[in-house]
Amino acid sequence: MRCLSRFAGRLLLGLGCLTSVVSEISAAEIAVPMVYLKQEVELPPTLSNLDPVPDDLGRTGAELGLKDNLTTGGFLGHKYSLDVITVPVDGDVLAAARTALQTSPFLILDAPASALTAIADLPEAQSALLFNAGRADNALRGGECRANLFHTLPSYQMRADALMQFARSKRWDTLALISGTHETDQAFADALRKSAVKFGMEIEAEKAWVFDADMRRNAAQEVPLFTQDLGEYDLLLIADELHDFGRYVAYNTWLARPVAGSEGLRPLAWAPVVEQWGAAQLQSRFEKKAKRSMRSRDYAAWAAVRTIGEAVTRAKTSDPQTLRSFILSDAFELAGFKGRPLSFRTWNGQLRQPIALVTERALATQAPLEGYLHQRNELDTLGLDEPESACSAF
Amino acid sequence: MRLARIMTATALSAILLGSAAGVQAAEIWVTNEKDDTVSVIDIATLEVTRTIPTGERPRGITFSKDFSRVYICASDSDTVQVMDPETGKILYDLPSGEDPEQFVLHPNDRHLYIANEDDAVTTVVDTETRSVIAQINVGIEPEGMAVSPDGKIAITTSEITNMAHWIDTETRELFANTLVDSRPRHAEFASDGAELWVSSEIGGTITVFDTATQAEKGKISFEVKGVHPDRVQPVGFEFTDDEKTVFVALGPSNHVAVVNAETLEVEDYILVGRRVWHMAFSPDKSLLFTTNGVSGDVTVIDVAKRTAIKSIKVGRFPWGAALRP
Repeated sequence: MRCLSRFAGRLLLGLGCLTSVVSEISAAEIAVPMVYLKQEVELPPTLSNLDPVPDDLGRTGAELGLKDNLTTGGFLGHKYSLDVITVPVDGDVLAAARTALQTSPFLILDAPASALTAIADLPEAQSALLFNAGRADNALRGGECRANLFHTLPSYQMRADALMQFARSKRWDTLALISGTHETDQAFADALRKSAVKFGMEIEAEKAWVFDADMRRNAAQEVPLFTQDLGEYDLLLIADELHDFGRYVAYNTWLARPVAGSEGLRPLAWAPVVEQWGAAQLQSRFEKKAKRSMRSRDYAAWAAVRTIGEAVTRAKTSDPQTLRSFILSDAFELAGFKGRPLSFRTWNGQLRQPIALVTERALATQAPLEGYLHQRNELDTLGLDEPESACSAF
Repeated sequence: MRLARIMTATALSAILLGSAAGVQAAEIWVTNEKDDTVSVIDIATLEVTRTIPTGERPRGITFSKDFSRVYICASDSDTVQVMDPETGKILYDLPSGEDPEQFVLHPNDRHLYIANEDDAVTTVVDTETRSVIAQINVGIEPEGMAVSPDGKIAITTSEITNMAHWIDTETRELFANTLVDSRPRHAEFASDGAELWVSSEIGGTITVFDTATQAEKGKISFEVKGVHPDRVQPVGFEFTDDEKTVFVALGPSNHVAVVNAETLEVEDYILVGRRVWHMAFSPDKSLLFTTNGVSGDVTVIDVAKRTAIKSIKVGRFPWGAALRP
């Protein structure tokens, strides 16, 4: 009866405790419509058919985030919704974004970098909050940044720095690099080179993967020869973001050396082997929903939707500009199952996060590694730090 | 000298409490999440005397009022096991809902309120009829559980939803939902039920609520020298008998904070094992036992001196702790 008396003033009919709370809440009802917008892209064929890219990659992460938001919102009178728009390869992503922005100021995007900046530059998007949950390009966090574009997927640089911290802590200071020809391979290779400089390492030898033979049949013959002239090195880095050739390199190298990068020990935002820090629960909720394991882009989309949810819950508004300020403030923190609170960098809108260093079977370790200190936040030892970032929009 | 004093105190309390099992040394029971066992620590000798097999992934642990039964959340077996603490035999399993993580026994000694971590549900189980009598929808990943001393209010905290859910134990319905900082983990009533305390692991705080109005009346923050604030993550906490002092486990900061419960000031930090999680006192509350998940041990704290006096190796990932006087 105690609760009844508390809400008595607001009660129209003596309906009981639960009703009284609901009636109080409905006064503060907030609607938060979100859109998950994906531009499909043509991917070149890969040698192996072992790992098809799931059709729902990213989207199911966003949907799980929606489910989480809905539960919290249910107790607070906040109503979340998520529309999914998929633009075919030759479709007009800008037109789709315009349509989406008519109904929602909150877009979660999986689209090429050029499309992301074009969407962010739309007049309709100026007061919107956009989340890049699909592209790792460093430029989007640097000179090509936009004030209305946040990033929940880690950049190539964050992943490269995580790996380099690990190699450095192992004293694997001499490196070799094999990179593919796709633009994503090149972007990751570039990040690895920058990172090597940052952490005082040497990439002594580099080769481009130029084979067009079918490595499933003759990796054992070709790869030892291909890696023979890399000379002495401690760790072989592979930049093969499409997973075309990297899988055939491990155990076939001329020297017995570990492999890391896109293959072997991989620095990732998320992987099925992450189970600490309560992650097992997120994994099992995702698997129940998707019937597959959770990947980095799923995590990034989940984190974007949860960021919106967390900000709405705390700031008690759906006004995008108020939410933007809140998300960039010290008061914002996202519990992201990575062992510490996640927050956004105020200079480029990147979600600060630990990077998992994983094998197929286990989490080897998590960066930042112990001993990598930073005056603000250890997480800022990964990726573009404030002085290095060319982003001026924030 | 010290040991002798502890032994006297323990023996005395065993006599005073008139343990059901007759005269026996008081024990701390610790669940080992990754070993599917309970380690039993003899408080007099500070040694592990028994290791008892349980169901899969044991976490929450609590005794019945007369200590004749021990309840264990076997999370991955989706059950609450009821064990005879004398023999270590499982007497029977209780239905618990999916993935029971943590629970609390109602003062009526009969109803268990269970947080079902994977299911966003709080399950109420009657331990006499061995049946589920209610399931209450709460936020995602419920964990912390508490019941007010008068038995009228049960609390579930939810890790993702970041709320304390207030359950009327008569109607078994929610009557309030209060936001706390990120990832609430543990809840306890204090001041004879006038206050509710909730720890937030990722938020790094403890929020104190006024029970009557469910209004926030205070918040505690922590600062451990040489540890980044992100790693200072309050989880379990325990009050001394006079309720003037609270000991707070701070997770991966590997420290336990000593908090003045009246001023909400942190008075001390005690270095313990790695990823300190839950705690239990000895019968006279002169010793505090902390479970340290990552180092796989239990730290014994001298409550008066506020120092760690011993580490006791237990199983892998010790989680819960309960006193058997």
